[in-house]
Amino acid sequence: MTAPSIAVARTEPAVRRRLRRGDSMPLGRQLIFQLVCLLIAVTVLFPIVWIVGMSLDPRNISRPDSLIPPGASLDAYAKVIARPTLNPVSFIQLALNSLLLAAAVSLLSVGLGVLGAYAFSRMQFRGRIFLMLGVLTVLMLPAVATIGPLYVSLIRVKLGGIVLGQSLIGVALAVTSSQLPFALWNMKGYLDTIPKELEEAATVDGASRLQTFLRVVLPLCTPVLAVTAFFGFVAGWTEFLMASLFVVADPNQWTLAVALNALVGQYAGSTPWSAFAAFSVLFALPVMLVYLLLQRYIVSGLTVGGVKG
Amino acid sequence: MTAVAVPTVSARPSRWRRWRNTRTAYAFLLPALLVMAIITFYPLVFQVYMAFTDFDLKNLRPNGPSPNFVGLDNFASIFNGKLSAIVPNFDILRILTFNIVWAFVNVVIHVVLGVAIALVLNVSGLKFRRIWRAIYILPVAIPPIIVATVWRNVFDPQYGAVNQLINGTVGVLFKLPPFGLDWLNEPNPIVNVYPLILPVAFFGLLAANIWLGWPLNSVVATGALQSVPKDLYEAAEMDGAGWWQQFRTVTLTYLRPAMLPYAIYGFVITFNLFYLSYFMSGGGPFGQTELLVTIGYRLVAQQHLYGIAAAFAIFQFFILLALTLGTNRLAKATASFDA
Repeated sequence: MTAPSIAVARTEPAVRRRLRRGDSMPLGRQLIFQLVCLLIAVTVLFPIVWIVGMSLDPRNISRPDSLIPPGASLDAYAKVIARPTLNPVSFIQLALNSLLLAAAVSLLSVGLGVLGAYAFSRMQFRGRIFLMLGVLTVLMLPAVATIGPLYVSLIRVKLGGIVLGQSLIGVALAVTSSQLPFALWNMKGYLDTIPKELEEAATVDGASRLQTFLRVVLPLCTPVLAVTAFFGFVAGWTEFLMASLFVVADPNQWTLAVALNALVGQYAGSTPWSAFAAFSVLFALPVMLVYLLLQRYIVSGLTVGGVKG
Repeated sequence: MTAVAVPTVSARPSRWRRWRNTRTAYAFLLPALLVMAIITFYPLVFQVYMAFTDFDLKNLRPNGPSPNFVGLDNFASIFNGKLSAIVPNFDILRILTFNIVWAFVNVVIHVVLGVAIALVLNVSGLKFRRIWRAIYILPVAIPPIIVATVWRNVFDPQYGAVNQLINGTVGVLFKLPPFGLDWLNEPNPIVNVYPLILPVAFFGLLAANIWLGWPLNSVVATGALQSVPKDLYEAAEMDGAGWWQQFRTVTLTYLRPAMLPYAIYGFVITFNLFYLSYFMSGGGPFGQTELLVTIGYRLVAQQHLYGIAAAFAIFQFFILLALTLGTNRLAKATASFDA
């Protein structure tokens, strides 16, 4: 009896997990638990299934009169891709705007964030605590809190003929800035968990600070870079507050979120629900796919950064 | 090798060396600080200036006049009813009460549900565990703006999924007349004890946010549960502890340090949750589901009262600061309770 349990304790974690999962449960109890799990799954999936079902409604009516459409067609998708709002702007153009915004925010917040996080994690310098607390204070502020002065200021800044307060470039800068506090603290938390010995070895071998950072540290923190990039991407892809304020007057610069607002806002009555549903599915799908791909990283990155604070 | 390295390391770094370290550190920090200085810190300072002026649309034009200094008028207008004359249904006491209750109720339900479901998924011998986990994480992956707009349709009085579901099941079973509750616009509140007014829309928003909020809590709780050493349960069982006692003494001890920071984080996030209030209920009925953030946004984007909006943002900042300090103190107090 004792012999196998010792053997279990000494085996690889993966094997141990498999053995533990092999633990049997009485059939009746198993059924009850499966039923509970199924019930939870139904509540989770219900709105998702409903909206996907609606997007496939073939009848081209403004409102669905049943929970399950009588058939399926991609008409709503075709329509919404050709012209999602009343403005002559295609879905591709909107998605491209959102994509550029998302990519810019993602790259900037990771690039600027990891440099700063490295300094916070590894270097002793005057003003370190002060700056870290300053960044933390900003983390607590909702982005909407500085939106007024930001808009008022950026509307007066002209860069190469582009008014920042009326362009997506201004939005990208604003969203990046609101992402940076999280990026800095999360990446600093992760860097703190990487042992310093590797860098010291590189320094002994004559590498400069920048070389050490690029060759040794960066490859080690790929997971947290991926997570920060993902959060930056999602923030940019779904950004509404600044985008709606800055570029609402120019439909060519609209993002998906601004268009969605037009779909559910004042034009709500004229938008068939199937079109709205198709738009939502297309809008959410890229984020969902990337999330599910990166899920393991995201969860571990979140908990490490969160607990270390 | 170590013998050579030790003296230089243990020696106190010279002044020159410390200056060089600081210079390197700032070189690394400069890009991030520059963006934050221009986009966040400068507007924060400018905000304080604006809060004392009557900055509005006419001052926005490139050659417009400078705004006038108005002292504390903007701050006073939040409390003395002047803002209520401009923004329909504005009542700071009611909005603040609603906002706090909204965040508190949500976080409590999120944490309890998250832990409960994590416990169910952690039962040893449960089949299909990975599949259930994969399904449960889906709400987190959907952008909140879409969650809000979809749930708005879910609660539509005539065509929404909720009412159709009720009519299709209970209604058919008991032959009831069509159920057409306008969840998000029903004017008669459920709870009406001024300053706390909870309309039906509150429960609609709550349903959507519970759907959105518990999965991440469950993920955090699962991580904490997996860190509990198995032999602790065996020891507790040997001591004759029942299921509930094991949960209280072993499981909760390990859950608390992981869940508390996350609950506080969740409180701040929910307190500032813009999307559900703005897109689902539109703040209605009669502004009863407005939050501080949605009011702040309306002041800028719809009313163009930049001066008052700045004062409102500063007010909001101090409320948040007080709440964060308060929740932190609460967390510390409960953490040392039986640790």
